[in-house]
Amino acid sequence: MTTSLTAPAAPARQQLPRAHTRARTRRSTAGRRERRTGLAMASPALILLLLFLVIPVLLAFGLSFTNARLISPNPPRFVGLDNFVRAFTADPVFLRSTLNTFVFAAVVVPVQAALGLALAVLVNQKVRGVTAFRVIFFVPVVTSIVVVSILWKFMYQSDGLINSFIDTVTFGAWQGTAWLNNPSTALGAIIVLSIWQAVGFHMLIWLSGLQTIPEELYEAARMDGASPWQQFTNVTWPGLRSTMVFVLVTITIAALGLFVQVDVMTQGGPVNSTTTLVYHAVRKGYREQETGYGATISLIFFVIVLVIALVQRYLTRDED
Amino acid sequence: MNRRPLMKIVAMSTVGTVALTACGQAGRGPTTSDDGRVQLTMWTHSAGNPAELEVYEQIIADFNASQDEYEVVEESFPQGAYNDAIVAAAAAGDLPCLLDMDGPIVPNWAWAEYIQPLGLPTEITDALLPTVVGSYQDEIYSAGYWDAALSVFARRSVLDANGIRIPTVDEPWTVDEFNAALATLKDAGYETPLDIGAEDQGEWWSYAYSPMLQSAGGDEIDRDTYLSAEGALNGPEAVEFFTWFQDAFAKGWTSSDGTIGNEEFNTDKAALAYTGVWNAMDSLEAVGDDLLILPPPDFGTGPKIGGGSWQWGISSTCESPEGARAYLEFSFQDEYIAAFSDKQVVIPATAGAEALSANFGPDGALRPFVELSQKFALARPETPAYPVISSTFEKAAKDIMNGADVQSTLDGAVQEIDTNIESNDGYGF
Repeated sequence: MTTSLTAPAAPARQQLPRAHTRARTRRSTAGRRERRTGLAMASPALILLLLFLVIPVLLAFGLSFTNARLISPNPPRFVGLDNFVRAFTADPVFLRSTLNTFVFAAVVVPVQAALGLALAVLVNQKVRGVTAFRVIFFVPVVTSIVVVSILWKFMYQSDGLINSFIDTVTFGAWQGTAWLNNPSTALGAIIVLSIWQAVGFHMLIWLSGLQTIPEELYEAARMDGASPWQQFTNVTWPGLRSTMVFVLVTITIAALGLFVQVDVMTQGGPVNSTTTLVYHAVRKGYREQETGYGATISLIFFVIVLVIALVQRYLTRDED
Repeated sequence: MNRRPLMKIVAMSTVGTVALTACGQAGRGPTTSDDGRVQLTMWTHSAGNPAELEVYEQIIADFNASQDEYEVVEESFPQGAYNDAIVAAAAAGDLPCLLDMDGPIVPNWAWAEYIQPLGLPTEITDALLPTVVGSYQDEIYSAGYWDAALSVFARRSVLDANGIRIPTVDEPWTVDEFNAALATLKDAGYETPLDIGAEDQGEWWSYAYSPMLQSAGGDEIDRDTYLSAEGALNGPEAVEFFTWFQDAFAKGWTSSDGTIGNEEFNTDKAALAYTGVWNAMDSLEAVGDDLLILPPPDFGTGPKIGGGSWQWGISSTCESPEGARAYLEFSFQDEYIAAFSDKQVVIPATAGAEALSANFGPDGALRPFVELSQKFALARPETPAYPVISSTFEKAAKDIMNGADVQSTLDGAVQEIDTNIESNDGYGF
């Protein structure tokens, strides 16, 4: 940027040597000062990022090829690809965690995005009291996920709110199960809770996207006799393209990182039906103190997320 | 306009950095006090437990007043964050001189060289209950003032009304009798007759259910070599016990729902509760004379209960271990041990303190716990691999509870434990 500013000024130097030199000095001192201020402003964030993001990532990369332990009198030893071989051949829980993570993301990403859009369209109406609904849908987002998980854990119990609700509306014809203790329902239960908790956030983003679409386009569409559904598919949806990309990427990354709900509600159980990659990494790397192996799982997780994000980026790239 | 927020950010970061540095330095601290005494830093896990803390403060005040060479400076942490604080402090070389720790972690920390051999006179350690002394490879590393014990709570009236024999320490329930009792109570209208505590998590699982496994003839690891769990955790005895465990849930004798604590028993929703001495006072209040404190059932080789509670050790980096020893020697007085016992409702570790205590003396209401502890207590495996064993045991037992195949789940757990031991070169065994 600085070079492009100074370069065109160069030919003028011959004609007005003195005056220009002074101006240039002034401008470059100003530029230097600006750069310094910029650096000073960015430095707290840069230092923190370096300290808590870049260095740990590099450490994790290095540690994943060792047998480093959280607590051990023996120094870590280089073990090559042993940890990776162990993950893919001798650790069924790791494979199950990978599967669960993908299932979770595969359900949550489309459902949460669609539900968020539906809610956004609803609360975008110009009706009295619509702000109240926006607030209600947004409340779970600002509630701590730990609190939400504990509350839902109670609700999912065999004599909890959900089952007594089912009991009441079906007049006792259908009995619910202890949702979180049943291997075939536990992951589903966590999926429902997670969508409920986060959908408000994405509703808000969709909403901001909706409000950037100019009213004239709808007016024009109406004059052409477009039905509400045609308006949606031909005006709203194309107008939301960049919002859609953002929503998709953020939900995917959040869904792949599923941890708190599992940690609070099921600890990966019953029978591994809710264990996820991040949860497994924490369990192995910290609770069972195998730092090296935990780092390996994290590294694999990192690569998976990276690949998925790149694929999404490629699929949603601008055609031109 | 732009400057003020910037100044604010800079100021905040500076303050933050200074505060963090100060925290980092806090652990080290000055080693001498104003009047020239050597300071001994001491960490406890009892920040959330005012009753326990009160006794420590009393001991420290008495000790500091009793001599002019050392001064103990106490700092307490909440239990949930305590082990993390120790591990972090050890990594930073900032361990306090005196620290307390849960019994089963002692071999791990001894192996990791966090703590040094205790070196207390044998008169003191020999007088203690064997399960409150923590050792690793025949060397004593820690000692505690009390132990906890597990038992089965019941109401005399309920057992009598259903014609169930009241077991004794000499003649506990056999597993068949126990099954029959549970079936009878279920028929008598208790939806889940036994509160086994399965809604809890963490160390509780290994503490509560591995003694049952040992009673059946299995174990969490082969205690002859400490190198493998093969045959102990997946042998026929273990399979038999875990099949019983799975059935108990499947038949509705017990459940993993419910609340942590003893509420179900106190309100008579459960007829029996498998729980510890720490819940005894509440139940005594709720049930009164009707309360029975019974030995757990015999799964084959006699009843067993877990032993080992919080204990004290001296860190390997302590600059004046003599001072730390002097404090610990001073603290093992019967009156202090009795005070811990009274305030926290735990079993005192010496016979002298038992006589002094309000609940555990020969006529005390909680006396049965002393007998259970003396007769049946078994320490958890004294190996540095224990944290992994415990975590693996919990996961396997939970999976079995939820219907996983018993044999293959146990085989998987054995494989996990053995892999871990191998990757640690046998943990020094």
